Amino acid sequence: MKTDVLIAGVGGQGQVLASRLIGAAAILEGYTVRTGETIGMSQRGGSVVSHVRFGGESLAATVPFGQADLLIGFELCEAVRNLRRLSKKGRLIVNTQRINPVTVSLGMEQYDAGAMEETLKRAAQDAIFLDGYSLAREAGSVKAVNVVLLGTAVGAGYLPLSRESFLQAIRDILPQKLHDLNFAAFDKGYELGNRAVEDKTAQIK
Amino acid sequence: MVCGYPGTPSTEVLETVAKNNDGSIYVEWSVNEKTAMEVAAGAAYSGARTMVTMKQVGLNVASDPLMSLAYIGVKGGMVLVVADDPGPLSSQTEQDTRHFAKFSNLPVLDPSTPEEAYAMIQAAFALSEKVGLPVILRPTTRVCHACASIDVDDNREEHIPSGFEKDSRWVIFPRLSYKKHIEIEKLQTVLAETFSESPFNRVSGKGSLGIAGSGIAWAYAQDVIRDLDLDVKTFKVGTPYPFPEKLAESFLEGLEAVLVLEELDPVIEEALLEIAGKNGLKVTISGKKDGTTPYAGEYSYELVRKAIAEFTGRSDPEVPETTIPPLPARPPVLCAGCPHRASFYAVKKAMKGRKAVFTGDIGCYTLGNAKPLNMVDTCLCMGASVSVAQGIKRVEPDTRLFAFIGDSTFFHTGIPGVINAVYNQTDIVLVVLDNSTTAMTGHQPHPGTGRTMMGSISEKIDIAGLLKSIGVKWVRKINPFDQKAAISAVKEASEVKGVSAIIFEAPCIALIKKPEAFSVDSGKCRACGLCIREIGCPSMYLTESGKVQIEPSTCYACGLCSSICPFGAIGGMNHED
Repeated sequence: MKTDVLIAGVGGQGQVLASRLIGAAAILEGYTVRTGETIGMSQRGGSVVSHVRFGGESLAATVPFGQADLLIGFELCEAVRNLRRLSKKGRLIVNTQRINPVTVSLGMEQYDAGAMEETLKRAAQDAIFLDGYSLAREAGSVKAVNVVLLGTAVGAGYLPLSRESFLQAIRDILPQKLHDLNFAAFDKGYELGNRAVEDKTAQIK
Repeated sequence: MVCGYPGTPSTEVLETVAKNNDGSIYVEWSVNEKTAMEVAAGAAYSGARTMVTMKQVGLNVASDPLMSLAYIGVKGGMVLVVADDPGPLSSQTEQDTRHFAKFSNLPVLDPSTPEEAYAMIQAAFALSEKVGLPVILRPTTRVCHACASIDVDDNREEHIPSGFEKDSRWVIFPRLSYKKHIEIEKLQTVLAETFSESPFNRVSGKGSLGIAGSGIAWAYAQDVIRDLDLDVKTFKVGTPYPFPEKLAESFLEGLEAVLVLEELDPVIEEALLEIAGKNGLKVTISGKKDGTTPYAGEYSYELVRKAIAEFTGRSDPEVPETTIPPLPARPPVLCAGCPHRASFYAVKKAMKGRKAVFTGDIGCYTLGNAKPLNMVDTCLCMGASVSVAQGIKRVEPDTRLFAFIGDSTFFHTGIPGVINAVYNQTDIVLVVLDNSTTAMTGHQPHPGTGRTMMGSISEKIDIAGLLKSIGVKWVRKINPFDQKAAISAVKEASEVKGVSAIIFEAPCIALIKKPEAFSVDSGKCRACGLCIREIGCPSMYLTESGKVQIEPSTCYACGLCSSICPFGAIGGMNHED
């Protein structure tokens, strides 16, 4: 099955690692994978987006507009910024953390969080909003937000890859001293994703 | 041997070799691209396989050895990996390295995907050894900053260099150049014929409409042709120069119209126009020259789909409309805790109310141009801060000139400019922003760090000692976070006759362990907002009450904000108690 994933956030939030982990997990499950990153100047606190595509035939790594199956927003505003790439049936996972751009702190621009949340809620039927920052802190480091969000995606069944593949990918890619932290972060997200989908199913019934 | 100078999007090529080096490859970050190419030339003269990596503007710096090396040739295989940056995403220009290939008469391979780049690099070495010339591999950003599933060939052939043999062929003289020029022009025709047989150039499909392309634009075109289920004749060009003329003739045969899809300059388009003209073919060739596709900026799937849909008379499938509220821009900024912010701020404070111009250079510190610092008045190319300042000073003798340059850029091409100022007695203040690394490209070592890519430690090159030895009499090393000392040193430096130099020394935050964050005592904060307005630190934000808060996960406790706060509201650990 073709799966196109977008990871949108602010430079420094660990998007590149997240896309590597999805790629490695997908390869473990026998898929061929393409990823594309924003690297360079934007990494210094700018808007960044990673593209991960597996199970399809595309030669280009960039997910076209309206074709992403899953958008993982590491930050509220950046999720909205990339919404045009999400397909009509696409799913959303959004870290509700707000990171003010300096342009907003200086009063040059507005950050309308309410309007952003509204837009996101309208855009996808399957959407999970979570405070990934707090979950990552509970797991041991706020830097692990990226892995929390991956856990949510897998726990909710929004990514057709298994928890075991991700744990193996973490083992393969990260240094050993970071394994336990990231296992914990992944499972925090995984449980939340699982619960969110169960609750929703219960509601429908 | 692999050498190069870091530059987005080429940096990871050399780093990947270094990471996977079993010790049989000599890897170095050279001081600049010209040096890298010359070091590699010496090794290639001695029969070693060599690779030189750089970004497109790096090739400008290395163009002197490049042009001559095309005449002299190599004995060991030599591949130049030159990454182009359509967009541009992280560069000064959108120049097209395929022109450099044509200009220097060197073959160039242009991959569309990471897996093709992998196949091409091996072919490039073989070709270089066969024809005795350097070969250029020219990936672009979307190919460089992408990953793909690749089957790696673990078989490594061992290449034992034969050593340097003394021969007049290594000495470029006008007589030799004339002889070599005739040879290299003849070789172009041979290469073009070889390339018509190359697996990197392919003609497929049938019909009266043809689509030709290269690089990432070709990848988008393939995806569009599949998605729109089109039946067209296609020409994938993997070797834009020398152009595979024979294959191009077979592509053009029977076609009524051709659409060319390539980023940056119309290299393939011009080649096809030339071939059509030579053969008297009645075929319309569309691309940049007739305004169908743009010259500037990077291409996208959507841009290519629109062009192909129009060309084939299909309707362009609509992208579902999503209404999005106005979003704040999020440009890149200097990191929280970045020492450059403190350096810029000290100079800004010291020069308040005085006529001063601040010339900038290439690196993270180019971001000092943004509000509220506004401390970069010019930026041209690597090393130019030092020399541009001298030109402005000659026209505006009453203006104080500050040239800001990072440590790695100083070593790259900054030094000749300083010698020029000393020699010509031009009054400038040189400000070296020494953060002990090449930060923007991902923290590569350089001569001032003493670490090499082979893991050895060499003696650190002392910037202050170097400046003194070339005649800069007034040199101070200062920690920019000591704002009082920094401001007074800047004032003093600005009064010096001739060249004065301040070296702001403080490591990039990526090199230090993150300390406990600073915090704001909300009882003392008067919501004046001065701290944010003055330095624009990304860790600081206003709460609804107008008071300031600091995000603890990104604050590096540099203390610059606390030195600005008039109410002593910002401080280190347990400050609120």
